[in-house]
Formats: sequence, structure tokens, C-alpha cells
Amino acid sequence: MRKIQVNEITKIIKKLSMEASIIANDQLIKKIEESVKIEESSVGKAVLKQLLRNIEISKTDKTPICQDTGFTVVFMDIGQDVSFVGGSLEDAVNKGVGEGYVEAYLRKSIILDPISNPRNSNNNTPAILHTHIVEGDKVKITVLPKGGGAENMSRIKMLKPADGIEGIKNFVIETVKNAGGNPCPPTVIGVGIGGTFDYVAYLAKKAIMRDFGDRNKDKQVAKYEVEWLEEINKLGIGPAGLGGKVTSLDLFIEVYPRHIATYPVAVNIQCNANRKKSIVL
Amino acid sequence: MSIKLTTPLTEAKIKDLKIGDEILLSGIIYTARDSAHQKFIDLLDEKKELPFDPVGSVIFYVGPSPAQPGQAIGAAGPTTSYRMDPFANEMMEVGVKGMIGKGARSQEVIDGMKKYCGVYFGATGGAAALLSKSVVEAEVIAFEELGPEAVRRLVVKDMPLIVINDCYGNDLYVEGRKEWEEK
Repeated sequence: MRKIQVNEITKIIKKLSMEASIIANDQLIKKIEESVKIEESSVGKAVLKQLLRNIEISKTDKTPICQDTGFTVVFMDIGQDVSFVGGSLEDAVNKGVGEGYVEAYLRKSIILDPISNPRNSNNNTPAILHTHIVEGDKVKITVLPKGGGAENMSRIKMLKPADGIEGIKNFVIETVKNAGGNPCPPTVIGVGIGGTFDYVAYLAKKAIMRDFGDRNKDKQVAKYEVEWLEEINKLGIGPAGLGGKVTSLDLFIEVYPRHIATYPVAVNIQCNANRKKSIVL
Repeated sequence: MSIKLTTPLTEAKIKDLKIGDEILLSGIIYTARDSAHQKFIDLLDEKKELPFDPVGSVIFYVGPSPAQPGQAIGAAGPTTSYRMDPFANEMMEVGVKGMIGKGARSQEVIDGMKKYCGVYFGATGGAAALLSKSVVEAEVIAFEELGPEAVRRLVVKDMPLIVINDCYGNDLYVEGRKEWEEK
């Protein structure tokens, strides 16, 4: 059994939380640079160049890429041969998020009582923690700050099996079309297909953790990823929704078996900042 | 070529603007988003004064991140504007002339801009560090308890914006998309 002190987890979560909101991934920079060449609309090109300049400024000034530093979503793939010692894992994660958000001057956006009392938790906790037990003795941690604007444009639907893959596709394209400029395009689209009502939304969120170009291992699903992205980029929404060819940077699909009576689909939209930082322990 | 524009805004200044115009905005503007707007409307319903003079004013829909020592403001990009649609016409009725945000407005608000001679500017969502550079001063003037949602008085210099809705009922999101949509 491999033992990991939970205070190690706190330190790591703190570092990843701070970096995710301030330092853009190299992959994202490369993708936006490529998009400047692809984009034909002059206003679209100008927006993409603004985003690149923004990324530079945020790194130099240690100012967040976006003022909405999100709901902090933490994914942990935990090897079953790992034992956490020294306290509660969940508390350790929240402590890391809280310390990171305060120290790095990130925005605190979490209201503790969602219904009646708009009191801010003042350190952006609690996080949303997804744990998944896997084989082995490694732990993979991903911190994904999720902004409210793109989250608001995300949708879920329980389709009928008779709606088929065409029904799923139409729902995905329609979701992106209706979202227009709201979720800060160029976006990244995560699609979940199958599972249950709750699980399909998790799949869509898990999909946006993938790296650009990392296609689904199922060849048919990978083909849908490429085809649906092409269709989305024909909608004309463009960077910032002002018109153009680059509406989404990539589209990822995660699938899971479904019940004979159901055909769940979820679309999780991620904004152009595409913030995420991972580490394997 | 960008158009230099200074607040407060007048009908004459707004009538010269059309969708797609690139603007560099300077002067005093105010920040307000969901909760602050609800409070504004409550004040107006009670026939009380707003915490700023609305006549000719510009409201920036933003909840900035905290300023580091030496900064006027933290990251300050636009939030999605449709959430303020239920309040926008009432705000224009008392004199607000300009709104800064991102994303499409409702037909009611677009009609409101025609009726009250208002304008809606888009700022690039996600360019929050860049936009913060155009904020020279920031001061909380109301509802401090709302944290990022508190109302701030900002002095801005050459803030880069684009006209999304003019006072003639046009919409850049609709027109911009038409040119690039492949049927």
C-alpha cells in the first residue's frame, strides 16, 4: 500500500489552482495561433490576437486570464493501492483550493446557500470533487476552473432511442448555435452520450479535460468528433460571436453504455481560456 | 480606425454609432451585474436614488477579480449580458445610455435602445487581463458586501470595445454571423 500524506495533496491542489487561472497551456496558445491563420473574418482575427495578447499579459502580471476564475472542479483518478493518511482527502482538496484562490488574488465566486442567503464563502470553496478508483498506485489530479458563462450555455437531454445518433448530433449543434457569443467562443465542446441522467453530464465534463486532437479510441466516435466540429465551424458564430470560421477549437465525445429505454446526451461548453492543469503522483 | 469616445454619453454621440464600430472608451463608467441590478431596481421601486448619477452613464457588466498591490483592478472582462436583460430597459429609462458586456440581448432590450437612445458595446470575453490595463482607477461605491458584485466607479482610458447594438435596432451578432454561415 502506497501512503500519501493529505497535506501533499493540499500543496498540489493549491499550486494547480493558481497556475490554471493564470498560466495558459502551451497547447492552447498553439491552437489559437493556428486559428489566427484559419480565421478569414478580420474582426475574428483581431479577437484571437487579443486573446493571445491577454495570455501574455496575464502571465507577466500574474493577473488571471479571465476574471471569472470559476467553480473549481477537481478530478482525481486514485489508484486502489493508495492510502491517504493524515486527515480527510476532501478537506485537503478544499484547503488547497482556498489557499490558492486567496494567495493568487483569484475571484471568489461561490455562494454557500444557493437559495436564500447570498453569502460568499470567500475562498471559492467548496470545490466539486470527482474521484474515480483505478488500478495501480498512482494518483492523477486535474484542476479545471469552470466559468459560469460557458456553464450556463451547457445542456442535457434525455432523448428517445428512436432519435438515434442524428438526434444526438442535432442537439449538440443546436446547443452551440443557441449559445452564440455567450460562452466566449472559440469554445471547446464536451459531449457525453449514454449512462444515466447524472452520469452523462459527468461524461461531458470529463470530455473537456482531453487535450486538443486526442481523439476517442473508438474510430466511429472519433469520426463524429471531427464531423460535428466541422459542422459547428460552419455556423458562422466565430470568435467572440462576431462572425467567422473559428467557433470551436475542438470537440470531444465520451460514451458509456445506456439503458434500452434511454438515450441521454449532455453538452458541456468550455470557454476560450480552456483552463486545466494536471499532475500524476 | 477606432473611434474615441468619452463618457458621459449623449444622444448626439450615440446617434453617430453603428454596429461594428470599434471604440476606445474613456472616462467614468460603473460596474454592476446580477445582484447589484436587482438592488438598483429595488431602489427605483422605492423612489430612492441610485448610488450614481445614471444620466448619460455607462454600465460595465463585470465582477472583477481582486486587485494585487499596485494594481487598480484585477482581471476585468465582461460577463454574459442576457442576465441583465430584465433590468436594462428600466435602467435606460432613468438615463443609462451605454452597456458593456458580452453575448446577445433580448428583443425587448434592443427595442429599448431604440426607444431610449442607448447603445450596447461588446468587450472580448476572456480578454480580462488585457481589458484591466485600460482601467486607471477603481473604487467601490455601493454594496460592498456583494464582493465581486459590488458597484465600482471606474476611470477608464481607451477601453477597446465594439458596437454590438446601435440605437437603430441593428445587431452585430445577427449581421456578423450572416456573412460566414455556410448553409
